Amino acid sequence: MNPVNYLYLSALLFTIGAAGVLLRRNAIVVFMCVELMLNACNLAFVTFGRMHDNLDGQIIAFFTMVVAACEVVVGLSIIIAIFRSRRSASVDDASLMKW
Amino acid sequence: MSTAATATLAVTKVDAPTIEYGKLSPILIVAGVAVVGVLIEAFLPRPARYRAQLTVALVGMIAAFGAIVWLARDLPDDHRGSITAMGAIAVDGPSLFLQGTLLLIGIASVLLIGERRLEPAGGDAFAPQAAAAPGSQQEKDAAAAGWTQTEVYPLAMFSLVGMLLFPAANDLLMMFVALEILSLPLYLLCGLARRNRLLSQEAALKYFLLGAFSSAFFLFGVAMLYGYSGSVSLDKIGVASAGAMDNDALLLIGLAMVAVGLLFKVGAVPFHSWTPDVYQGAPTPITGFMAAATKVAAFGAMMRFFYVALPGMRWDWRPVMIGVAIATMVAGAVIAITQTDVKRLLAYSSIAHAGFILTGMIAMNDAGVSSTMFYLVAYGFVTLGAFAVVTLVRDARGEATHLSHWAGLGRRSPLVAGVFALFLLAFAGIPLTSGFAGKFAVFQAAARGGAGSLVVVGVLCSAIAAFFYVRVIVLMFFSEPKADGPTVVVPSVMTTAAIALGVAVTVVLGILPQPVLDLADKAALFVH
Repeated sequence: MNPVNYLYLSALLFTIGAAGVLLRRNAIVVFMCVELMLNACNLAFVTFGRMHDNLDGQIIAFFTMVVAACEVVVGLSIIIAIFRSRRSASVDDASLMKW
Repeated sequence: MSTAATATLAVTKVDAPTIEYGKLSPILIVAGVAVVGVLIEAFLPRPARYRAQLTVALVGMIAAFGAIVWLARDLPDDHRGSITAMGAIAVDGPSLFLQGTLLLIGIASVLLIGERRLEPAGGDAFAPQAAAAPGSQQEKDAAAAGWTQTEVYPLAMFSLVGMLLFPAANDLLMMFVALEILSLPLYLLCGLARRNRLLSQEAALKYFLLGAFSSAFFLFGVAMLYGYSGSVSLDKIGVASAGAMDNDALLLIGLAMVAVGLLFKVGAVPFHSWTPDVYQGAPTPITGFMAAATKVAAFGAMMRFFYVALPGMRWDWRPVMIGVAIATMVAGAVIAITQTDVKRLLAYSSIAHAGFILTGMIAMNDAGVSSTMFYLVAYGFVTLGAFAVVTLVRDARGEATHLSHWAGLGRRSPLVAGVFALFLLAFAGIPLTSGFAGKFAVFQAAARGGAGSLVVVGVLCSAIAAFFYVRVIVLMFFSEPKADGPTVVVPSVMTTAAIALGVAVTVVLGILPQPVLDLADKAALFVH
């Protein structure tokens, strides 16, 4: 199968993730969309690694996974803290500061 | 998968890397300090932690600074430096200069973080128990018991590790990892304020979601550049892009998306919207640290990315960056006029300054690099000092950040108001302060580099910005103090030392900028 198709899929996943970040209200869902974007990057890295015939892409994908895991730890702790104090995980409610 | 491809993949072996530990010693020392900080949290009894954390952090950063001086003396005569860690990290003039700056800012920030004499009930600027919900009984109990947490020290040190790596990263994977190491602890630190905890948590949420969003863009850009050149090394991307005559989509998309990630970190328009909220909500010592150090690290990385990886593409990226710089300067200066909160005012001022620093970076010559690095030193210490002064002006509800509370401060406390006025004059770029020397240097470099339009806009925006800085000075010195106004708390020697360092750098770089300019000139060459 032509590897370029995987690049199209990766770009599509990245776009879905970015649109989700901009459109969804729930902080958890927004965060999941960011994770989708990171995984789209992973797919692109692996595909390019295959196209260039070197291992860099696959190794970078491992680094990205570790970074994504760290981001989950930090992100969920912040979202849980804000949910405890507001009883809501909606990003629209976090609007004490404007302009 | 075809069998031929399997065979090629099978014979591609991953060689064990060789690491020159001596050349990485500044970064490794700070990383070690961060790990020791975690162990102190785990094994020392609570009363002993504060002194241990503070001592370990300060001694470690001073040792790392010593290591940088040692490495800088070992640089060859042409000041080119070398690439270590299998091509991942560059030890050259710009990275050593910026790392030294970052460590000095880090030392002053840890002094601010360690301040414990400002809260009337005791404790520092951080929540007694960050996990307790604001307003809950659990939180009241923790505050009544006089709890203090010392987890901020290892978090700040981890963040500093990322900042030291960021301007030195010579491949995009290392740059991405450094970006995350510097960002993730900062997201947490933003949410730890003792007062106004809802604002603080909101700042952490906004910073985290937008920061993660922008780093995803950065990573996709890295993937595109890897796809274009077959490598994430800046040098190889530079070689591959040097001969790019046609508009290759992968290269252009990669360039744009990596630039988005970097511009977000420096807070340039249109990626600036997080800056005022995060600066306002975060605990003020952290705001100072973040405002000063993140800019130094991110501009270092941005310069290396554009100067080493994409010099051949400058006709493509320079017009865009000129537009970004103009928008940043104008938006920062104009919106700051309407602000009524000191921390937000300083945040918009930092956006305007990001535009001024971009002016130097866009010059695309050696003077551009050295003037940008000089500006970063000048700006970093002024910002840190200004936020340190903000921590001192307090009323019953904590820091009195509303501008109306600052009316007549010059009559109550001439010294503190005078120091703040000095910092504001330096922000405005008045002669005999470091701000003037920095602005003069970047505008001169931009004019020589053929970006005259930027210089005109920059000077006009400096004039607009001077208006709101001077307005605060007039408010402090020429209006009557309110009866229920805030008081200026006398800090311990630590905050005093941090402010004194800010004042000293501001005055010395204003009156005698030449030694530091010479040093920046010598350190202005990126290793290829």
